[in-house]
Amino acid sequence: MPSFVINEKCDGCKGGEKTACMYICPNDLMVLEPNEMKAYNQEPDQCWECFSCVKICPTQAIEVRGYSDFVPLGSSIMPMKGTEDIMWTCKFRNGLIKRFKFPIRTTPEGTANEYADLKGQDLNTGLLSTEEVDGVTLAAPKT
Amino acid sequence: MALPNKPAGELLAVRDPEVEEREVDILIVGGGMAACGSAFEVKKWSGDMSVLLVDKAAMERSGAVAQGLSAINTYIGENAVEDYVKMVRNDLMGIVREDLIFDLGRHVDDSVHLFEEWGLPVWKKTEDGKNLDGNKGQEVGTLKSGAAPVRTGKWQIMINGESYKCIVAEAAKKALGEDNILERVFIIKLLLDANKENTIAGAVGFSVRENKVYVIKCKTMMVACGGAVNIYMPRSQGEGKGRAWYPVWNSGSTYTMCAEVGAELTMMENRFTPARFKDGYGPVGAWFLLFKAKCLNGMGENFAASDFSKSELEKYAPYGTAAVTPTCLRNHLMLVEMKAGRGPIMMDTVTALATLGETMDAKELKHLESEAWEDFLDMTCGQANLWCAQDCEPEKKNSEIMPTEPYLLGSHSGCCGIWVSGPDEDWVPDHYKWGYNRMTTVNGLFTSGDGVGASGHKFSSGSHAEGRMAIKAAVKYVKDNADLAPALKQSTQELVDECYAPVRLFLDNCDYTTAADINPNYIKPDGFSMRLMKAGNEYGGGWATYYMTSGSNLETLMELYKVMREDADKLAAGDLHELMRCWEMRHRLTTVEAHVRHIHFREESRYPGFYYRGDFMGQNDAEWFCFTNSKCDPATGEWSCKKVEHVKIIPD
Repeated sequence: MPSFVINEKCDGCKGGEKTACMYICPNDLMVLEPNEMKAYNQEPDQCWECFSCVKICPTQAIEVRGYSDFVPLGSSIMPMKGTEDIMWTCKFRNGLIKRFKFPIRTTPEGTANEYADLKGQDLNTGLLSTEEVDGVTLAAPKT
Repeated sequence: MALPNKPAGELLAVRDPEVEEREVDILIVGGGMAACGSAFEVKKWSGDMSVLLVDKAAMERSGAVAQGLSAINTYIGENAVEDYVKMVRNDLMGIVREDLIFDLGRHVDDSVHLFEEWGLPVWKKTEDGKNLDGNKGQEVGTLKSGAAPVRTGKWQIMINGESYKCIVAEAAKKALGEDNILERVFIIKLLLDANKENTIAGAVGFSVRENKVYVIKCKTMMVACGGAVNIYMPRSQGEGKGRAWYPVWNSGSTYTMCAEVGAELTMMENRFTPARFKDGYGPVGAWFLLFKAKCLNGMGENFAASDFSKSELEKYAPYGTAAVTPTCLRNHLMLVEMKAGRGPIMMDTVTALATLGETMDAKELKHLESEAWEDFLDMTCGQANLWCAQDCEPEKKNSEIMPTEPYLLGSHSGCCGIWVSGPDEDWVPDHYKWGYNRMTTVNGLFTSGDGVGASGHKFSSGSHAEGRMAIKAAVKYVKDNADLAPALKQSTQELVDECYAPVRLFLDNCDYTTAADINPNYIKPDGFSMRLMKAGNEYGGGWATYYMTSGSNLETLMELYKVMREDADKLAAGDLHELMRCWEMRHRLTTVEAHVRHIHFREESRYPGFYYRGDFMGQNDAEWFCFTNSKCDPATGEWSCKKVEHVKIIPD
């Protein structure tokens, strides 16, 4: 199910420092054509259909079309990702539309606690740093 | 129109790249769940040591969890860790490293608790048995405070996991610091120390964004770059090649790079050919466990419950007769039906949802439908689209399931990987430990996640925890060995020349023909890929033969690989993306060769349903209830295989 870029909607991320889809694609598929300032999927048969590019595109220029080997034409699924939820619109080949909204995160982006000040105490035990804080005792198996 | 004899990519490769040399104390190779665990944990212990993490993609969406997940498959919670070990042991047909599994089991929950604290929505069960998801789940408290998760199986808990990786990577990046992270740099080769025998000293790789080679010296290294995908011909060979069940960018780099410096591999014969929804490869776990769906054969029979299937399973006692049938034997039963012409195998979603609906009101039913779709949309979006394209509403139409092509991995329901030290504790057998937890047989080289062999069923949470465990041990290794002064055997120029050999081969020859992809002097990675996958499928027990192979088939295959190894030196790249593909192909080849070498060495069929040795059907516990380890001599490139004693630590 390779991603594709809608010509009219893609602005190449306006020549900014990062082209969003190119930045995020886990398989290095999305690239920017610098003359036209448009992105495209350079290797559609290596697309995992992870939707990372679709979700990140600031102009909603990227969608996916089912793999030609086995997916009939005419359907689509499109996400709209917010900060707390993701909304999916699923369109069937027969025209039926289903919408689903799922939570994605319970904390504001950027606030994950990395325990910056936590220093481990004893390098010689098997305890992880946060287990040490919790006073965990390392159990041996009951044999 | 211009002749197509020029490279097609946007980031063209040049003959002589820029070179950046770095020296750090600790190098983390990879950016998935395990590497994120290492990144979170390392600075809690490393003091003023320098650390660098190198990922070939962007951590926010790299690795197996890039797309998200709908469940965390390993959360011990109210269970005994010993029971977790027993479950893994049974599922993997007895031969596992119980020390590693127990060790992982006692740490994994700590990582899950962190995920929830960071913002991952975890479903909770209320006292009256209702499921709460998202923010509502937190109303009854956190897992850490004792709130009950929604269990689908004994070990799995449900989450709203679309942003799982983004959340975990955020904490990892903050903990490590952006300055200590290189994204879009592909490490292709590990380097041994020039002076100290069998000791890691660095790595070499290149940027896929600019013409630049990185030569990095280090005192210790944690390598976790996932398993191996697209090593056997996938069932879909057009655009659908990308719709691999495991992430298509996992190219065996972990196994190949560690093996090439002499790290011992273990159980490389183990593979995973999961039964999934046909073509879309959507998950079936929630359908079996949460929705209690059954599988029907082409005659509408629940074949797994038939007397015939029971007698088939009895052939594989005690695993086949255990309370929970091992994954490979569930596949085996399905294959028996398919081969007898009793396909297609259908997941009976209609009956399952109707049965659940009997005790639900309309609102609950609507939520149930939503849960079914979320299972796909959180982790295999394309399966949701396939259902839409097929006009398939699961409450009205059943869906076909089928076993996939083979995958190599060590963190899911598979256990191939690298032979590592267990924890240095009294209860761990002597030949399982050599000082530093999760250290390979190469001094200073650690691994985790898919990298650690004979220890499956870690999944996302266990891989994260293992990355943390491994990096703490790596820090200790550096502290204990104050005299480490990494020195490389190769000169920087030699390393650059090796890295960029595919580019130079292309530039030297591309003008000879009028079309860049067809040239007698080189082979492009996509063509090489098809050759590699075709050979495995036909001789190495791919789906073409219902996973059947034999000694002579494997010998034929190894001869083909030998020639491919020569031709791998003729892989050519015109742009940086293609250069990455060339090196991924080299990694895939060495990894799948190791897999085939192990299947050949182990003269039994340990995992019926995943693969069969036609010349040695069934398990032979008398001769083969042991680990099979292999090692490449880094000086000569010669491989050797051996048996290693298995110790049962946890009684039945």
